[in-house]
Order: sequence, then structure tokens, then C-alpha cells
Amino acid sequence: MPTTTSTTRPGPLAPVELFTAFSLLALQGFGGVMAVVQRELVERRRWLSQEEFLAEWAVAQILPGPNVVNLSLMLGNRYFGLRGALASLAGMLCGPALAMLALSALYTQFAGHPAVEGALRGVVAVAAGLFIATGLKMTAMLRRHPLPLPLGLGMAAVGVICAVALRWPLPATLLALGGTGCCLCYWRLKP
Amino acid sequence: MSMATVMTWHDWLTLLWHFMQLSLLSVGGAISTTAELQRLLVQQHGWLTQAQFNDSLAIAKAAPGPNVLFVVQMGWNVGMNTGSWPAAALGAATAILGMLLPSSCLALGVSAWCRRNGERRGVRAFQLGMAPLVIALMVSAGLILAGAREADASAWPRLALSAVAALIILRIRVHMLWLLAAGALLGSLGIV
Repeated sequence: MPTTTSTTRPGPLAPVELFTAFSLLALQGFGGVMAVVQRELVERRRWLSQEEFLAEWAVAQILPGPNVVNLSLMLGNRYFGLRGALASLAGMLCGPALAMLALSALYTQFAGHPAVEGALRGVVAVAAGLFIATGLKMTAMLRRHPLPLPLGLGMAAVGVICAVALRWPLPATLLALGGTGCCLCYWRLKP
Repeated sequence: MSMATVMTWHDWLTLLWHFMQLSLLSVGGAISTTAELQRLLVQQHGWLTQAQFNDSLAIAKAAPGPNVLFVVQMGWNVGMNTGSWPAAALGAATAILGMLLPSSCLALGVSAWCRRNGERRGVRAFQLGMAPLVIALMVSAGLILAGAREADASAWPRLALSAVAALIILRIRVHMLWLLAAGALLGSLGIV
């Protein structure tokens, strides 16, 4: 979305800055990177507002492909076109791919080692906390939303129940809750 | 663990083609295609053993970065099974290129269209209307990662660590790496 309202918003100065930013955040993402993207790009670097982040993510989520990869391409493209998209993508993939191949060389040696498995369990538990905290923080944006706050929060809660407790497959959840949300918003945005 | 396969150029192109097809089916992430990948790579072509397939998923889960990197590990192993490092590198590159190229082109095209038409009522309604669900997906990913689905009595220290980490992140400005290191320490000492 063009940012016509605020022209002084910070942003990356060159594609290489995108590459470093995405490399650093991808290397912090255990069990998923989306929460770290929000933390680094929205909260720390302030390249995006919470609303812009959610709007881009909505598109990245319904398209095929890994949603963080789609998001990194879309954000890079927004600043420097195709060069930016490739810089973000390279940042997102290169460092972690090397880390993973290095890890796999050690894997047979350490798989089943109790301290290593324990450390991984601890890291994943903290990462889970980051996802939950990020989701809760993002509910702030529902206060400035066309749908009334209780309805927005209620729909988010139903979404969590569908995904975690009822184990709905993602396409079903997207269609049912996403579809409902979009129709209600379309109606509320009546010109 | 090791097996000796031979990959012809035709096989490499087939591998690329399989990944490119799966790319466009991977709504919700590449991880949603694992069942189909298992069928193709292990059962149909025999390019990977079941153990290699499982290990690739496990290693990718333990490593930082986007989940899609498990296909790099799988491609690497497909190449390594032919017995050479260059083949392994070619396998890794083939897998990630195939998995990302079609979906990335689509993502760039759609997002450019959305930017040009960002003021349309339909586009605004879509981007705003998805917000509650997207927030739900973030929280759900955290709960599933925390192991909330298979929680039993032994899981509560781990769930408590997730809850404390969430509270700290909500209340205090602290760098993620400190928290991750603390989690690793608690885990390696057997506390969680």
C-alpha cells in the first residue's frame, strides 16, 4: 500500500539492508519466523505499521507458498522492486540454510543426546511464547478496525479453537473465518 | 543410511517438476505438502529412504529459519545419495528453486496488483477482514508449538516456560536471543 500519510517513516536505505535485516531475523526464528518479522520490522525498525503488516500478511497467507517467504518477497518488492524482493528472499534463506546443513552434519552424532534434546525443547518453548505474545499484541489493531472490537476478538478466539482444538485443516479455517471476516468488512466499509 | 542411486538429467528435471507442481499446492506453507513429497521421493522414485525423509523434517525443525528449508535438506540428501557433494548442492538448489519459483511469481504479481488497487473496497475488505483470522493463526502457531495439543502432566514445566516467555515479551523490552539462550539452558539442565 502506498504510504501517502507519513513520508518520514524509516525504511531500508539499500537492498543490502534488507538482506541483513532478513538474515538476522530468520536466524532468530525457531519453529517459524512470522513472529520475529513482526517484532523486528514493526516494533524495532518501524518499517511497517501494525496495520500494514497485517494487510500484507493476509495476502501472503492465502497464496500458495511459505507465508514468511511470500511476505519477505512482498516487502522487499515494495522498497526496491525485484532487486529488493531477491535481497529479502536471499536473507531469509541463505543463513538458515547453511545453519541447517551444518546442523545435519552433527545430527547423527547428537540426536538422542538428552542435554541437546532438552536445549531444543527449551528453545522451542520460548519461541512458542513469542508467537503467543505477538498474537496478543496484534489484537491492539482490532481496536481501530471496521468490525466492533468484541466481534473481532470473538472471531480470533473461534479461529484459535478451530485450529488448535478442533484441528480444522487450514483451507477450511481460511474459507470459513476469513470469508466471514471479509464479507462483514465489505459490508461495514459501505461507501 | 547411505544408499547408492543414480540420477540422470531426466531425473533431475523430474525432481524440479515435482517441486514446481507442489509449490502451487502449498497453501499454508510447504509443510502441508509433506505427505505428497513422501509419496514421490520415498515410495515412487526411491530417491530417499524413509529414515532420511524423517531426519530431514526433524533437522529442519531444530534449525532456525523458515520451515520450507526442509526441502533444501531433502534435495541435499537426494543428491548425496548419488555419492557426491556437487550433486548434493544441485539437489538442494533444485528443491528450493522448484518449491519457491511458482509461488513467488504469483505472490509478487498479486501483491503488486493489491498495491495498485489498494483503495478498492474489495481489497480493503479482504485485507482488514482477514485480520482476526491472521491473529488467531499467530496465537495458534504458538499454542501448537508449545505442545498444547499433546499436553500431559509432564508437559507443565514446558508450558509454564512458554507462558513466562510470553509475559516477559509483552511486558519488558528484551532481546529474543537472551530468552532463547535461557530456554536452551533450562532445557539442557532438564528443568523443562
